[in-house]
Amino acid sequence: MEALILKGSSKTPTIEFNNNTGVLLLKGRSIPENSIEFYAPLNTWIEEYSGNPSGKTVLEMRLEYFNTSSSKCILDVFKKLEKLKNTGADVHVNWYFETDDEDMEEAGEDYQAIVDLPFSIIEVAEI
Amino acid sequence: MAITDVYDFYRKMEDDKIILSFKGVFTSELLTSVLNILESKMIDLEVSPKKKKRVFNILVESFQNLYHHIDANSENPVLIKHQKTALVMIRHDKGKFSVLTGNFIDNSLIPMLSERLNKINELSETELRDLYRDTLNNEQRTAKGTAGLGFIDIARKSQNKLEFEFIEVDEKTGFFCLNVTID
Repeated sequence: MEALILKGSSKTPTIEFNNNTGVLLLKGRSIPENSIEFYAPLNTWIEEYSGNPSGKTVLEMRLEYFNTSSSKCILDVFKKLEKLKNTGADVHVNWYFETDDEDMEEAGEDYQAIVDLPFSIIEVAEI
Repeated sequence: MAITDVYDFYRKMEDDKIILSFKGVFTSELLTSVLNILESKMIDLEVSPKKKKRVFNILVESFQNLYHHIDANSENPVLIKHQKTALVMIRHDKGKFSVLTGNFIDNSLIPMLSERLNKINELSETELRDLYRDTLNNEQRTAKGTAGLGFIDIARKSQNKLEFEFIEVDEKTGFFCLNVTID
């Protein structure tokens, strides 16, 4: 399989899913007009990746902000990784928020409360 | 309309501290333009990044409410005539922002919407967070990907009560006015 690389736009995040390193990056804004359509290839990729995962999988969530229709799709990504973790794989989530952005910090905590995955919520000066 | 009314419109907006307004068809492209205009205005106004994101978030959710939920398949003649048209205004006064929207709505939807907004307004910050988590985690979702999270998110980001009113247009139609403020 190949890495999934999508260039970010003013409405969609940069995607860099690397099956060799196991690092899955989402970075930027996620306010697509049709979230289901945007996130579908991500979920398909993770499903395929789950058949032959890297020794360690790290989801890097570096989101500036996202709309509520993305939030459901992001949950789907987490659920897919939760499934992978349940097969015994080493999966970790790094959720980043900018200093003072308590909304994004809380959004990380919302997912942490819902999903059974090890989470690190990390403060950075700039996403 | 008299030509001098243009000045009246201008003055009314100026007096009401409206920094941006649009009336017409709501599309995804329009959202991009409005966000760009607002971004440069907020840079000029030196708005903090946190508040900037809150205003953006609320505007994005309001827009999506408008273009996903204005029912184009309705049999209501007023709604057919005004398909997907609505009004949005952004007000800025002494550091406070308001996102004001107005759109036609079929009367049959008013009780449900009104109940939903009243319920959200009764909740504390913690209760809103719990409702958000429950709604997010619940499997239901519409074909458009919306999941009933929009108003909850708007209320969380606003940290104020949602001010709303339904104006009677005719026996089948109302006009839904919403004012969301960000301190």
